[in-house]
Amino acid sequence: MSTEKSWGTQAFDWFEERLPIVSFIDNTVGSKYPAPKNLNYFWNFGALAGFVMVIMILTGILLAMSYTPHVDHAFQSVERIMRDVNSGWLLRYMHANGASFFFIVVYIHIFRGLYYGSYKAPREVLWWLGIIIMLIMMMTAFTGYVLPWGQMSFWGATVITNLFSAIPVIGDEIVTLLWGGFSVDNPTLNRFFALHFLMPFVLVGVVILHVWALHIPGSNNPLGINATPKDKIPFHPYYTAKDVFGLGVFLLVYFTVVFWFPNAMGHTDNYIPANPLSTPAHIVPEWYFLPFYAILRSIDDKLTGVILMFGSILILFVIPWLDTSRVRSATFRPIFRVLFWIFLIDCVVLTWCGAQLPEGIPLILTRVGTFWYFFHFLVLMPVIGWIETPRPLPTSISTPVVAKPAE
Amino acid sequence: MRIVLFAALATLFIGFVPVDVKAAGGEVKLDHQEWSFDGVFGRFDRQQLQRGFQVYREVCASCHSLDYIAFRNLEAIGYSEDQTKVLASEYTIEECCDDQGDIFDRPAIPADYIPNPYPNEQFARASNNGALPPDLSLMSKARHGGPDYVYSLINGYPDPDKSTPEMEAELMDGMYYNAVFEGNQIAMAQQLFDDLLEYSDGTDPTAKQMAKDVAAFLHWAAEPKLEMRKQTGVRVLLFTFVFTILAYFLKRRIWADVES
Repeated sequence: MSTEKSWGTQAFDWFEERLPIVSFIDNTVGSKYPAPKNLNYFWNFGALAGFVMVIMILTGILLAMSYTPHVDHAFQSVERIMRDVNSGWLLRYMHANGASFFFIVVYIHIFRGLYYGSYKAPREVLWWLGIIIMLIMMMTAFTGYVLPWGQMSFWGATVITNLFSAIPVIGDEIVTLLWGGFSVDNPTLNRFFALHFLMPFVLVGVVILHVWALHIPGSNNPLGINATPKDKIPFHPYYTAKDVFGLGVFLLVYFTVVFWFPNAMGHTDNYIPANPLSTPAHIVPEWYFLPFYAILRSIDDKLTGVILMFGSILILFVIPWLDTSRVRSATFRPIFRVLFWIFLIDCVVLTWCGAQLPEGIPLILTRVGTFWYFFHFLVLMPVIGWIETPRPLPTSISTPVVAKPAE
Repeated sequence: MRIVLFAALATLFIGFVPVDVKAAGGEVKLDHQEWSFDGVFGRFDRQQLQRGFQVYREVCASCHSLDYIAFRNLEAIGYSEDQTKVLASEYTIEECCDDQGDIFDRPAIPADYIPNPYPNEQFARASNNGALPPDLSLMSKARHGGPDYVYSLINGYPDPDKSTPEMEAELMDGMYYNAVFEGNQIAMAQQLFDDLLEYSDGTDPTAKQMAKDVAAFLHWAAEPKLEMRKQTGVRVLLFTFVFTILAYFLKRRIWADVES
């Protein structure tokens, strides 16, 4: 009776005492999360990835309401979405291009982590969770691409599921299990649809763990040094405002593609209904799989190719220990910095190679690119860490080194 | 400066992606046309679509189906509801079944889809020297080059006076040379010739004119929401642009007290 608090505040406090979810959010992405004040725009991409994930789940649920996971009706039901469902064309184009943009955003996010050493202690588990997120994204994207049941859906599914047959002893059993039979057919489509619907929610769970793991050590920063409390600012309103601006720029690019080039990142063959009797001239996966597809085809032996392809992702789990340098940010590592850009170019080259036939010059480039990919992680990373003399590190974010690092 | 970098990076990623996906498609020299539906504000030319529909109906439809187009959809290319009723009634639909369990014929209504010229695939192949005439509903999106491809393919037959003996020699039985078709051998003979039909709007029915009209029509058939998509896009992008500018100034203001 004697309190001066308003009804609203009292009700809020009553609820907070029982379920402190509002303060939980405030601690996570609000005013109680102190973030280093020098984060550049590359730090936007985590929030952007979260935003794209929400777009994907929302459009995906709406699409699922009009989609039929049956070999005789899947292609047709997608066309009905495009033609007869209210705003169905928009949902589908946002979803299909959203997948590509999800990978663009996440790949930039990963390369940012590689450049600024965000994988190093004490953020190894955070980094692992990120790789797990990427793997779940890949499985989700792959199963999703099969659903329209076009030519590339069908043949992509055939090629990729067949990879598992390279596993000794149990390979064929695994493939039969994936297919739900003895070829890619209706049971395959059904289980892929079920998995495609399920995995995004698993993804959300791992994203929550990823954010949790981020909050234990706090955000890394472009200088890579530990931020002192006086070098930190509250996430809200500073980084929420910065992220909202970054989101605007992202949406400008995303909407331009969705509304004017909606099929630019797709393959024309996927507008041909799946036909098990007619193999397309070139089976290519979606662009975001191309570097891994190139690594797979870099070698004639199927099992070795499969091991290399999975190895190219799994190797990321151990780079916190392969990198022997204790300096995080490449800004202070003159040799590593050059190698980072070479590695980035290597990935672009592999992406290009993945879309070519594996013969002649593309095959040579694929092999060189694959070699360099592993050489970078397995040899250069540890060796450079030992022999490189890093530039002097600033003592704190507010007091940079005497000479500003060349930009 | 950072914003420029950001934009450059984004453009870079968007830029290289379509290029390398296209690289897998093989190269053909397409005869690029100007289309009314190109560009930021592109729209369909209703007159052209109607001419294209006429070409489809009088020429292509004898072999090619258009599975995803119902007669009601033709209202979108400028026919009135009554006209689509009349158009539909010229077709016969085989319906199962009456009260006695018998299949019966009835005139089509606007809700019906354009009937397939063949009852089944085997029949279609038997009638076409073993080849299956593909459905045309999505043709414009199912080939690299879209409407340019369709236009070039229809016009891709050699001038009989200029065709070389080598061209003839390479061909398998019942196949025709086509400069655009993959492998240069196509089971479809040249279909369009000058003055093959008479346009109701008085347009000169040259083979090229008809090819262009039917390619435009098929692009509409493949992407009927194109106009709505581009118009929505303009509004969405304008909104996002203003939003982003406001967000930028808001960010600057909030960050004003943070020393760098």
